[in-house]
Amino acid sequence: MAKINIKIEGIPYQVEAGQTILEAAKACGYEIPSLCTYNHGECNVGSCRVCLVEATGARGLVASCVYPVAEGMEIRIGSPAAVEARRHSVELLLSNHNKNCQQCEKNGHCELLYVAQLTGARDDAFAGAHSETYLDQVAPGLVRDTSKCILCGRCVERCKNAHGLGILGFENRGFSTIVSPAENRSFADSPCIQCGQCVNVCPTGALMEHSEIDKIDAAFKAGKHVIAQAAPAVRAALGEEFGYPIGTPVTGKMAAAMRRLGFERVYDVNFGADLTIMEEGTELLKRLTEGGVLPMITSCSPGWVNYAEYNYGDLLPHLSSCKSPHQMQGAIIKAWWAKQNNIDPKDVFVVSVMPCTAKKFEKEREQEKVDGIPDVDAVITTRELARMIKRSGMLFNRLPDEPWDQDIMGDYTGAGVIFGVTGGVMEAALRTVYFKLTGKEHDPIELTAVRGHDAGIREASIDINGTIVNVAIASGMKSAKVLLDEIREGKSKYQFIEIMGCPGGCINGGGQPYVRPVFLPNEADDILDTYKEKRAQALYTEDERQVVRQSHNNPQIAELYEKFLGEPNGHLSHKLLHTSYAAREGFNEVK
Amino acid sequence: MGGLKAEAVAQIKEICGRYKDENTPLMMILSDIQNEYGYIPLDVQEIVSQETGISVAEIYGVVTFYSFFSLTPKGKYVIGCCLGTACYVKGAQNVIDKFSEILKIKPGETTADGLFTLDALRCIGACGIAPAVTINGTVYPKMSAGQVPDVLAHYTKEGATA
Repeated sequence: MAKINIKIEGIPYQVEAGQTILEAAKACGYEIPSLCTYNHGECNVGSCRVCLVEATGARGLVASCVYPVAEGMEIRIGSPAAVEARRHSVELLLSNHNKNCQQCEKNGHCELLYVAQLTGARDDAFAGAHSETYLDQVAPGLVRDTSKCILCGRCVERCKNAHGLGILGFENRGFSTIVSPAENRSFADSPCIQCGQCVNVCPTGALMEHSEIDKIDAAFKAGKHVIAQAAPAVRAALGEEFGYPIGTPVTGKMAAAMRRLGFERVYDVNFGADLTIMEEGTELLKRLTEGGVLPMITSCSPGWVNYAEYNYGDLLPHLSSCKSPHQMQGAIIKAWWAKQNNIDPKDVFVVSVMPCTAKKFEKEREQEKVDGIPDVDAVITTRELARMIKRSGMLFNRLPDEPWDQDIMGDYTGAGVIFGVTGGVMEAALRTVYFKLTGKEHDPIELTAVRGHDAGIREASIDINGTIVNVAIASGMKSAKVLLDEIREGKSKYQFIEIMGCPGGCINGGGQPYVRPVFLPNEADDILDTYKEKRAQALYTEDERQVVRQSHNNPQIAELYEKFLGEPNGHLSHKLLHTSYAAREGFNEVK
Repeated sequence: MGGLKAEAVAQIKEICGRYKDENTPLMMILSDIQNEYGYIPLDVQEIVSQETGISVAEIYGVVTFYSFFSLTPKGKYVIGCCLGTACYVKGAQNVIDKFSEILKIKPGETTADGLFTLDALRCIGACGIAPAVTINGTVYPKMSAGQVPDVLAHYTKEGATA
């Protein structure tokens, strides 16, 4: 791109032609106060008017996020007129905003509060009527509170970009405008998959996970045996909440912190992931050799399962009947661990720490109960775990690195760790399927062809003793749809498909710490393009560090089958570890 | 979507098909459906969504943005009272209040017998004859609250005989 000459605050700079003033200023070392601190192609409407600046050649002040630089332009960010205008813009946003900041769970990550402080916005500068507001806390995964919505539309764009879904949209007009699912329905009464991607981009507390910290507090008070288990992807991101650079694995400190929160056992869901591979790998082999429905599709991601039930009811036989790892592990805790410790399963309370909001929904499913007892009682996100750690007074970075509990379960392999990144379940499954068919381990252990960290479709062909297994991987429903339509049209060439709900897999789940460049001054400018890769790398590194890296070589898993379950896909496995699916109407009748 | 008859589904698909070569077909599709059925409920929007690939939320947003579109069935006679600036200063509020009082409905609502819908309109461009009222396209110039009972009586009688 050609360079052009501009001046900012009277100082000459050369910048790329075609950039917006905001981008050009950033490149020159100026952060114009704006609500674009996340703007990553997911808002380009310039409607919030926060980032106003003076620019020669323009009539009045211009919104720097959409106004392009021009040769000879002189820009004033700090002029009295620009400063005052930005303050007024924020005051206007605040005039219709529910300012109960101290109760708001977004506090500390709120971009509106940040820009309000930056611009010196005064309280009630434009006091007046408030729009009618709505609070949706019906869905297990997500909460929508329109009293905090500033109508920026990032969530609308994210839902479309990630999933092609567009559950959220602008509704009504003028002062009555809200962002909501059609008919202002609850997420629970719409075909929302509750993945939480909208929560990740919301600049305020309008969209949040449905917190379950209270449930855990109540379980402790009631004297339950409270057991916690954490998913692979959590360790790759939890550190961000405590100032660690993105991509720092904090496995040991996380285990230490959870132990100090009072959980009777702290387990790694990687054990459940290894168990999933034993069951799912066996299921795949059966389908391949006995003529079952192919391609088989993974079922670990509850967001994806929701999408399938809403949109592809005819393809549900393709889904593996395996429960997801934390549900399997929850079932084992209540059936096996409780029995070994002479505890009534009804007195056991299982808490899953997940990078995910859809898991909150998943644990409520009737199909995820054994004899009426739920496998998992509460699901909290990575962010909620950070809140629990912070309120308990622990200084996270001073905690020692401690191991997970591995008394009679909990040991894990490298295969379990990589479940947290797109392609990981596929790779872990192939390591085991290869061994089962050939009697020897795949060399090298890694199957890099299935790796990646972004949305989009990857495919690979694996030669197993002369049998070619064609596999495909997709994350985000927009990519998944392509593979699903192929199956529906009878054109799919694959035997095994991995689908994850969130683009990039669990490392980018809807319950992960917010990535907001403005609150991450030590990260590089391109962090929004690189954070997924960095978190994925944290998991691949942990896999490499493991001595045992194939699920079938996990000694405690072998013991579990020997002493309790019998064989993979056996009778007891089916009762405890497998589930079923049912097509659902997206916009169901609301009573 | 279970509530829609097969013929209705087919017709909505046919309407969507009319504009399949357009870049932005939504407004035209919704206009045709509004004209054909008098309203655009959610089940119909779901079909339009399937046919066009536009999300239901976006379609719902358009339907609720433009007052021309309706989510509920309109009455046999749609009374539009202009409340634009010129009509307003000439007493349009009294006129619409009178309609409201006699029909016992608020603006935007439809009478229980399905005969009348009362709509408050912004400027309809007939400022010279303010305050203006339209009923199914017929314009009533320089309306006053006093004329309202007679106008309504006319349509009530016509509606009963038709």
